[in-house]
Amino acid sequence: MNHIFAKRRARLLAMKAIRDNYVPGDKLITCPKCGAESLRKTVEQELSVCPACGYHWPIGAYYRLSTILDPGSFRELNTKFPAGDPLSFPGYREKQRAVQRKTGLTEAVVTATGSIGGRKCVTGVLDSRFFMGSMSAAVGEKITLAIEYAAKNKLPLILFSASGGARMQEGILSLMQMAKTSAALARFSDKGLFYISVLTDPTTGGVTASFASLGDIILAEPGALIGFAGPRVIQQTIGETLPEGFQRAEYQEEHGFVDAVVPRAQMRNTLAQLLRLHEKGGRA
Amino acid sequence: MSKHTAAERVAIARNPQRPNITDYIDALFTDFFEQKGDRLCREDPAILGGVALYHGRPVTVIGTRKGKTAEESIRCNFGMPSPEGYRKALRLMKQAEKFRRPVITFIDTSGAYPGLEAEARGQGEAIARNLMEMSRLTVPILAIIIGEGNSGGALALAVADRVLMLENAVYAILSPEGFASILWRDSGRHEEACELMKLTAADLLPLGIIDDIIPEPEEGAHAAPALVMREVDRAVSRHLSAVLKENWPHAVRYKKFRKMGVPAKEDT
Repeated sequence: MNHIFAKRRARLLAMKAIRDNYVPGDKLITCPKCGAESLRKTVEQELSVCPACGYHWPIGAYYRLSTILDPGSFRELNTKFPAGDPLSFPGYREKQRAVQRKTGLTEAVVTATGSIGGRKCVTGVLDSRFFMGSMSAAVGEKITLAIEYAAKNKLPLILFSASGGARMQEGILSLMQMAKTSAALARFSDKGLFYISVLTDPTTGGVTASFASLGDIILAEPGALIGFAGPRVIQQTIGETLPEGFQRAEYQEEHGFVDAVVPRAQMRNTLAQLLRLHEKGGRA
Repeated sequence: MSKHTAAERVAIARNPQRPNITDYIDALFTDFFEQKGDRLCREDPAILGGVALYHGRPVTVIGTRKGKTAEESIRCNFGMPSPEGYRKALRLMKQAEKFRRPVITFIDTSGAYPGLEAEARGQGEAIARNLMEMSRLTVPILAIIIGEGNSGGALALAVADRVLMLENAVYAILSPEGFASILWRDSGRHEEACELMKLTAADLLPLGIIDDIIPEPEEGAHAAPALVMREVDRAVSRHLSAVLKENWPHAVRYKKFRKMGVPAKEDT
């Protein structure tokens, strides 16, 4: 009986993943980094990585989950959690609805339980197609609920960040989510539990300045832009052009803010290894 | 309360004559001893911190420093802290915890410094670390927003048991200019942004973001600094004695921030 449900869950996630990045397989797509044209099919096999130069395309939340979770283990948490409009910002509701229709997401984060290499964990994935993955009150709340769920069930936590930072339309309440998620992580950490933060392109602003920077282990995808202030703002402030590779994953690794830069194809194995190494939350 | 528009309050909050952290330290505290450096790489003058007596009780005072003269402003980087500043603040807070002193912070910053070196040394990480550690600091924390409180750069000193705000101070996700630039790609629309952002004390009190408003004279705090100092002193005394009664201030603080932005029932 159980395996029937597992199969259904696997199919459901696969369908959602396809919706995330469907382009007919015989179409050519151009890499924005090296300009190489590759068949969609080939790119798909490489998990949306350019076969020529290794450029990592941004990917949707469900698609990412389908690439790291054991088949059939995906169970979404707080599926129907509604997007809010706490400041009654003009035009915001309409924009939310349009993006919801276009992406099939209710908010910029998907949280779920699942297993990786047979080990159970709680994951959250930000999706940059939804308001640039920005931190709304609902995003902060869903992430906090996921952290609390992991704390309650003594499970390791993996959060994938992809965010432009704060959700402008929610103003100060967006800012407060930084404090809320960080405080929840403090409690989680005090229980001796394990948190992996994975930084993907782009991770900036309030997300960098809160949960994304607080992992016991911090991983990054190659070439991901990671920083607090965006490059445009920095350039305006200092009035000079920025050095090549500034704020990229490799730069952050070199400056001591990332444990390892992990290509997408190896992400699942790396996560499985880390979960294995931290079995029982690291306590003997 | 005076009837300024949000844009007018932003202008008052930015007035260079407005009392700054050094004025408050002179007026409210005695025996101030400044502590410098993050013990890792550098001293950041944009954040001022140290130990002082508040009505005879030792407290740790930390705040952003804007500077009043041109020279002082440049030295303090116009009140925009670098990661070293936040790490110094955290060092001082940890020390306050060790010696069981309450922490009082004064906030007046247009935001954390968006510079190349600040990024290279982990501005985001420094702020994140402060948020996390402040949420579990076991001594009381009081934050007072005295001028501008913008972005994570302000929040990194404001995860407090009580957040007090001067009547004309503003507290926001970022500057109205930045807000207009990001949302409409036009920083010229900043006055319009001021109204939408809900950044005044009167807007923030009902949202539960701040706990009290400290009154100012009609023209702003710079018009009658002595009066404002007395008001701030009264508010700090009252709130400090209330939070000092808490046995587990960090547990109460956690609950306070946990509630923020939880959607109301009618949203569903």
